[in-house]
Amino acid sequence: MSLAHDARVPVRPATAVQRSRLRGWPDIDNPAAWAVAAILLIMPLIANGFFLIEIFATTLILGTMALSLMFLAGYGGMVSLMQLTIAGFSAYMVAVFGVSGNANISLGWPWWLAVPMALALATIFGTLGGALAVRTEGIYTIMITLAIGAAFYYFTNQNWAIFNGHTGINTVATPHFWGVNWRADIPFYYIVLAVAALCYFAVDYISRAPFGLALQGVRDNPRRMAALGFNVNAHRVAAYVFASFVAALAGVLQVWNYRQISPGSVSVGACIDILIIAVVGGITRPIGPFIGALIFVLLRTFALDFLVKLGLDGNRFRLLIGLGFLAIVFWSSDGVIGLWQSWRRRQRSGAASSSGRRGRESGQGSSQGSNHG
Amino acid sequence: MTRFVERHPAWALIVIIVIAVALWLVFAVWPQGVEDAFGRKRVFLNALFNGITLGGLYFLVASGFTLIFGLMRNVNLAHGSLYLFGGYVGYAISAATGSWVLSFIVAFVLTALVGVLLQVLVFRRMEGQDLRQTMVTIGLSIVFADLMLWACGGDFYQIQTPNWLIGPVELPLVTAIKSSGEPVYLRYPLVRLVIFAASVVIGMAMWLALNRTRIGMIIRAGVDDRDILAATGVRIQLVFVVVFALGAGLAGVAGVVGGTFQSLSPGEDIRFLLASLVVVIVGGMGSIPGAALGALIIGLAEQLGSVYIPTYAIVVTFLIMVLVLAIRPRGLLARR
Repeated sequence: MSLAHDARVPVRPATAVQRSRLRGWPDIDNPAAWAVAAILLIMPLIANGFFLIEIFATTLILGTMALSLMFLAGYGGMVSLMQLTIAGFSAYMVAVFGVSGNANISLGWPWWLAVPMALALATIFGTLGGALAVRTEGIYTIMITLAIGAAFYYFTNQNWAIFNGHTGINTVATPHFWGVNWRADIPFYYIVLAVAALCYFAVDYISRAPFGLALQGVRDNPRRMAALGFNVNAHRVAAYVFASFVAALAGVLQVWNYRQISPGSVSVGACIDILIIAVVGGITRPIGPFIGALIFVLLRTFALDFLVKLGLDGNRFRLLIGLGFLAIVFWSSDGVIGLWQSWRRRQRSGAASSSGRRGRESGQGSSQGSNHG
Repeated sequence: MTRFVERHPAWALIVIIVIAVALWLVFAVWPQGVEDAFGRKRVFLNALFNGITLGGLYFLVASGFTLIFGLMRNVNLAHGSLYLFGGYVGYAISAATGSWVLSFIVAFVLTALVGVLLQVLVFRRMEGQDLRQTMVTIGLSIVFADLMLWACGGDFYQIQTPNWLIGPVELPLVTAIKSSGEPVYLRYPLVRLVIFAASVVIGMAMWLALNRTRIGMIIRAGVDDRDILAATGVRIQLVFVVVFALGAGLAGVAGVVGGTFQSLSPGEDIRFLLASLVVVIVGGMGSIPGAALGALIIGLAEQLGSVYIPTYAIVVTFLIMVLVLAIRPRGLLARR
């Protein structure tokens, strides 16, 4: 066992180039990143309400949920399938503490009280689940988090006192203040964008902060980190705390987006969708989940029309998603990002240009296959 | 057994008391006070038997799952799909030929074949990459679920119980005493008892095959150390294929069983995947006796829970899992 560990460590490249990349903001010199940021900021000028909310805001919300999974899986080596459950819990809490159409359940707190409460409770919920999950390793984590997610789904279905059974909680109130209806398309888009950007940069920052580096050390070799004096389990639980908070933020946005929450939105299938989003996008970089979410949302929205246009049955959308997911897992260990990077590398090696930026891509070699403990 | 009593006298005492109370609850005629507290004895006995027979079904599903995991470290999240596939095949056969027994055989063979194909075409290519294999099984379960929805639609199917198994049977368990002094015996569906007996037989057969035959010896060796086993010249790939076929076939058989005493519909695959996950987490991954114990505990918890605390039945199951994880993270009967 230890031999295998030792053999694996030199494979992971920690070149000087990568070190320098770790210190600075990685995307600050990348014109493409600036272009994407600019487009996202002026999106309301380009897109109408349907595209703005149904495509881009939904993408950002799902991307944020998947980002929390990416943080755990990519940096912590823990594939947690309960991120959607945490988001759903937070959404339920917003509905329960805030104002909704089900007056006998909702406590009617103003949003600025209900939201912090929901965030805190969901973070605690996720932390407890995480504390349970870190008692096991690798492959067991998937099973336990899946079981937690499924248990929550069945519980919301059966519980009428708090979760209102399978009908869920409807017409959840959204915030109105400073004379602005924040659920109107354009303000809501900016809220979602701000939260998503905040989470993205927070994940990006933490991945380079001492805590994030220690977490990546724990992922690669827990024994060695323990021998160095790091508390392995504490790092893992702390990662769950952070990821739960990110997921909880996304959950608040989700319940404001749809204005209702029901067990259907925390079903096992939806939990797995988040995993699919993260894996299709790529789980080694924080941008991956957002790319995956964009692909997923576009497919979900337009696959029906597309399939019908090809003369096929439009209801086979999930088949398309499943096959696409299988193809990605089969041929790329790092989702769409991995495909793109290997394509870039092939182009570069074809041109045989030895520019200094080459190390940037070769540093991304941490495949998911090596994540098992 | 005696060593356990010597080592943990307090625990042994508690276990003995619990067993004694359980036996008394089953066999004795309940006095008025107990009936007031727990309700009718018939309800209790029915829930108990339902729990045990459901445990038998869970064992059939989970044993294949745990067998595959134990040997290949492959968490087959498409196991629920194999269950549902077996159920649909069983339904088609029994509807076409009217033979219940034949539907078992065909379901076993076809799902085993699917298992062989999966192992040969998919999992052999990514051996040793646990996480990637699991991802692939997730993808496969989505694809299978949609294909089955396509082929069979969203309707509920129930496999016809054969005539000789229809109807209740009287068990020598007194549920109450009539005012005339005549005892009332428990009546219970025969088919569930037969199915439970069958799952016990299958479980025993598996245990014997694993512990008393050469192939079983090879499989156990593979569970302990795959690499050394391969190095001794055993054709490990062949063993993998056989075990995968057996595990998948068991899921198919369980599908026919589930289709007979429950029903088949989209979504059942997830339900039984979850059930087998919880069962093997509680019992211990890769252990057949663990799967049996876990299945019994979860089946009983589900049925007794749904009778006595209907709102929180699922939470009881979950709490058991949490408790086991807190005390023994690798499951009750996992080897340390």
